[in-house]
Amino acid sequence: MTDLLTAVVWLAGAAFALLAAVGVLRMPDVFTRMQASTKASTLGLGCLLVGTALELGDFAAFIRVACIGAFVLVTTPVAGLVIARASYFADVPLWKGTVLDERRDGKDAAADGGRVS
Amino acid sequence: MFSLVSQITLTTLGVALLLALIRLVKGPTLPDRIVAMDLLGMIVVGLIVVLAGSTRVSATLDAAIVIALIGFLGTVAYATYVERGDPR
Repeated sequence: MTDLLTAVVWLAGAAFALLAAVGVLRMPDVFTRMQASTKASTLGLGCLLVGTALELGDFAAFIRVACIGAFVLVTTPVAGLVIARASYFADVPLWKGTVLDERRDGKDAAADGGRVS
Repeated sequence: MFSLVSQITLTTLGVALLLALIRLVKGPTLPDRIVAMDLLGMIVVGLIVVLAGSTRVSATLDAAIVIALIGFLGTVAYATYVERGDPR
């Protein structure tokens, strides 16, 4: 039973990681790529961690897996935010089909060092 | 040595690693490469986690913790570097 559950969760996690990689390869823009990468890889890594915790069934392994999971859950959104912010302020071109850029008006004022809040 | 399920999982993660590597080489701008590098670190952490589960050596998980930490710090460092200079 545990083996079956581990197999299902591991295969789902690997599939999500593959989806994240396909998204990073195929998306047209830095921001959409960042979106695909952070969300899908967090879910995939969470699935893989649950599968490993089920497979090992050990208290020490459970604590380590919980540490990795908590760390990844905290740091991945921060990393995505930092990447998106840096690439937006570095004038990386947006995709041609982008329909909304709410900060475009304040961007000229932000160009000379000061940031518009 | 490994069961069939862990072989399939590791192969799928290897393919994902390869796709992220293609984006890392191809990426038109530096933030693309940073995103690919971040994803590469996440996939390597997943690979190590599956390896620790399939070989039943739970001490391997410490390496996954360290790689997750270094990947996050590297991503933040590269992002601050991009925010100061111009992207190439």
